[in-house]
Amino acid sequence: MKFKDYYQAMGLERTASAEAIKKAYRKLAHQYHPDVSKDPAGEEKFKELAEAYATLKDPEKRQAYDNLGSRPAGEQFTPPPDWQQRYKTDAAGFDDVDLADIFAAFSRSGRQRQPAPVAGQDYEVAAHISLEQLFRGGEIEVRAELPEYDKNGLAHRVDRTFRISIPLGAADGQRLRLAGKGGSGFNGGRAGDLYVALAVQAHPLYRFSGRDLYLDLPLTPWEAVLGATVQVPTPGGVVELKIKAGTQAGQKLRLAGRGLTAADGSAGALYAVVRIEVPAALGPREQVLFEQLAANSDFNPRRHFLTGAAA
Amino acid sequence: MNRQLSEAVWLNDAVCDIEHLAEVSGLSISEVNDLVDIGVIVPSGRPAGTVVFQLCQVLTVKRARRLRDDFQLDHHGVALALTLIRRIGELQAELDVLRHPGAR
Repeated sequence: MKFKDYYQAMGLERTASAEAIKKAYRKLAHQYHPDVSKDPAGEEKFKELAEAYATLKDPEKRQAYDNLGSRPAGEQFTPPPDWQQRYKTDAAGFDDVDLADIFAAFSRSGRQRQPAPVAGQDYEVAAHISLEQLFRGGEIEVRAELPEYDKNGLAHRVDRTFRISIPLGAADGQRLRLAGKGGSGFNGGRAGDLYVALAVQAHPLYRFSGRDLYLDLPLTPWEAVLGATVQVPTPGGVVELKIKAGTQAGQKLRLAGRGLTAADGSAGALYAVVRIEVPAALGPREQVLFEQLAANSDFNPRRHFLTGAAA
Repeated sequence: MNRQLSEAVWLNDAVCDIEHLAEVSGLSISEVNDLVDIGVIVPSGRPAGTVVFQLCQVLTVKRARRLRDDFQLDHHGVALALTLIRRIGELQAELDVLRHPGAR
């Protein structure tokens, strides 16, 4: 079994008072709680914090934890003989057991008579998929480490893989539930559920909002002024897009049906957002042509500055 | 490693009753009712005198339970936090669309 330093996880001294433990928990929970934190590592940090707090706030569990002494986090250690007696197992029986599960089972094993059914825990895992996978559908694999109880009520961590098919119309943030596939129950308690949250990875080209996709479309100044036909990538393949003469930066060109497909078969749009880019360096011929253009054009995009000043 | 093919249920396809929301979240029925009264959870319909909810509300009630337990909030605090979290989510989504991909 691996040792975890609960005091270190909460930034506390081993002599911290119950009040200091509570205060540290509150402060760190505000910082890392997955429902309120923007920190991508927040969820993992909050799990460690909640696990540490669950043991340290309970005087009986804290005492048992303190009796283990202080060791470096992650160090393998052998549980003391009274734990082995309590769970009717030898040291090897603790190999795949998490320290948190021992403390969770502590209160259960204390009361021997009339074992009550304990429902399995629900678990939530994120499944990261690419925009292309979302577009085409297909199957993905989701891995989760889930606890299974042995006959003594001790949870052993088991690595499980689930294959899930992504139906057409799935969207970022959508959840699906695998009923009864979460943590197993104990003493006849029902098994928990496993929730899978689809997280679509950021794409180098597209941004998405619901079913609609947004793509930045860089144009040269002359393409925007004179009009052009350009090739535009979409998840379903390259399409040709006609740019009208006099196209402005920021204009959104709508490609109907080129976004993501909804469950009912209808598809969102792809919006090409025009950006006008200028060359970083000019060749001698280009330099001459631009200078000629500057000398001959009476276009003034700041004309309204002057009318604004007069008003 | 243990592999299995599972039947998954998409949470926005089906409906459930208030008892189900209470059972999976660990909230009491009256606590779920409070969330409905405040408007944090909106019923999806009322067929034949019963009230049904979209199954995805399971996520809202589970979040409510987490906020209640992890921050020791009362039901007003839970409702306020849920409303603000939802609003932040909407604003974040808008911001993601407005930003260039390189900025994400």
